[in-house]
Amino acid sequence: MSRGTGPIGRLVRWSRFVEIKFVGLQVSHMSKDVLVFAEQRNGRLHPAVAQIVTPARALATAGGGRVIAVLIGAAADSAADALTATGVDHIVTISDPSLERYTALRYRSALAAAIAHLKPGVVLLPATFMGRDLAPRVAMRTGAALATDVIELSRDAEGRLDVRRPIYNGKAFGRVSFPAGRLAIASVRLNTFAPSTGGSGAGRESLAAPAVESDGRLTCSEVVRTGGEVKDVTEAEIVVSGGRSLKSEDNFKLLYELAGVLDAAVGASRAACDAGYQPHGRQVGLTGKTVTPKLYIACGISGAIQHLAGMRGSKVIVAINSDPEAPMCKLADYAVIGDLFQVVPALTAEARKLLAH
Amino acid sequence: MKILVLIKQVPDSTTNIRIRADGADIDRAGVKMVVNPFDEFAIELAQQLREKRSDVQHITALAVGPAGAAEALRTAMAIGADDAIHLQDAAFDSLDELQTAALIAAVVREGGFDLILCGKQEIDLDSGQLGPALAERLDWAHVGAVTALEIAADGRSVEASRRIEGAEERVRCGLPALLTIEKGLVEPRYPSLPNLMKAKKKPLSVKTAADVPGFADLAGAVGGTRMHKLEPPPARPPGRQIKGEPAQQAAELVRLLREEAKVI
Repeated sequence: MSRGTGPIGRLVRWSRFVEIKFVGLQVSHMSKDVLVFAEQRNGRLHPAVAQIVTPARALATAGGGRVIAVLIGAAADSAADALTATGVDHIVTISDPSLERYTALRYRSALAAAIAHLKPGVVLLPATFMGRDLAPRVAMRTGAALATDVIELSRDAEGRLDVRRPIYNGKAFGRVSFPAGRLAIASVRLNTFAPSTGGSGAGRESLAAPAVESDGRLTCSEVVRTGGEVKDVTEAEIVVSGGRSLKSEDNFKLLYELAGVLDAAVGASRAACDAGYQPHGRQVGLTGKTVTPKLYIACGISGAIQHLAGMRGSKVIVAINSDPEAPMCKLADYAVIGDLFQVVPALTAEARKLLAH
Repeated sequence: MKILVLIKQVPDSTTNIRIRADGADIDRAGVKMVVNPFDEFAIELAQQLREKRSDVQHITALAVGPAGAAEALRTAMAIGADDAIHLQDAAFDSLDELQTAALIAAVVREGGFDLILCGKQEIDLDSGQLGPALAERLDWAHVGAVTALEIAADGRSVEASRRIEGAEERVRCGLPALLTIEKGLVEPRYPSLPNLMKAKKKPLSVKTAADVPGFADLAGAVGGTRMHKLEPPPARPPGRQIKGEPAQQAAELVRLLREEAKVI
């Protein structure tokens, strides 16, 4: 894209015009296939990939196309078996040492190259930190239309993609239509669809990583774990969360014990994080992380609107609180009215008994 | 160094969202509008950079939106921006996020900016598209969801941390670059009354579609989604209260989670 003026600038602008024409041409050759961005880190497939294969399959079946997955990484093949098990029809790998860690520039070039090669009509990404970062760049680069963090996908009477997504922090939902004749890209909210399983064979193909020299201006030197070995709140299927009424960092041990039994992540309210009981990386809420687990257990969290904004998309909500009038108790599917310092250890013991069987 | 900060005016986070009967928008009557909290981090960061470094020459705030967005730009100027650009035209209202990014790119491309800062997402539509899409349109590097930042003394490169699942990526890139800001990097200040008064005198230029080079072609090249219907969230079935002794409560809850909710 041009930043210059004068004859060269005009030439570049002209070439941009040609590029637009080219996109138009590409659209007319768009296939009925649905492309899934199969996010992996260190050879481990992100669990959300199996989830987004589910809507990808539904869209592909309705349109008479295939589900193709693209794996991008240093040794992208190492996640291919796990990806095959999700039931995709075809796997495209782009492996290169420069793709070992995610960078926005190299990954957008790689995914855009896969799109140019495969010409899908729809591309789905998981709405992970990577997917959120990557999707807008790829959409802009490929002249596509994009909706992020969607929870429902369907086709309208003309076959155009139509999606539903939460807005205003889940206080409303918006239905978003896509324009005709243009690549449609959507990132899909985590834990929205059941994982697709049962695949046993998929075609394989490898593509060369595009060599875009200027992509080297952005590098990732290391990935540092911040949460120890404990699961992140956005990844876990169960989140056990605590508020300021935990009274100390030390008392959060009660929640970690329960989380250990349930294979859950530990989250916290803003008040608890501001008080230093937990790091801000564990904060759930408007200015923290948005979580959509299948089970959210709020311990001593009254339910300020900013906190509800970050967790109201959870499937099942449990409140443990001494105040039955607290907003969290009103929102909860199950409100345990009592002292969390007694209820939480009792719950840990009960859960341990049950899960030992 | 010239810094551009993108500002969006959004309903306050504590607003009770009501949807209009026709489902086309929320009912905006009486809704308190504020600067998007993540954009507030961005303008605060710009001003802190100016206070710490000698090479920050100019900070410009930019917003796309109806007349009211000027108020958000005045707040940004009270915190630190020297001037502001307000892109205001009925033709901009129907642009989606990617088209808005293309619009902003057309306006700022020749502006000589070294750094563009914006929030990691906007708390009304929650899309998070604008920053990365604008960087792509400008062919700049970007770092999304920045939690720590170091700009080299020579002002030519940045080192940043960005938050991911249970970890942080340490990222480095040359300038110009676009950064989207996560909570925790800076704590926004309240603009002082004298600074609010001064902000009223700072230059704010309004640009319409006629002022944007190539505007007519923008919408045709990318994007084009349309939010055609807003709906309230589905009502949650009424919950139930579990009372009694802690051991009884725990046993009952575990039974319900296993047998009724089927989540453990």
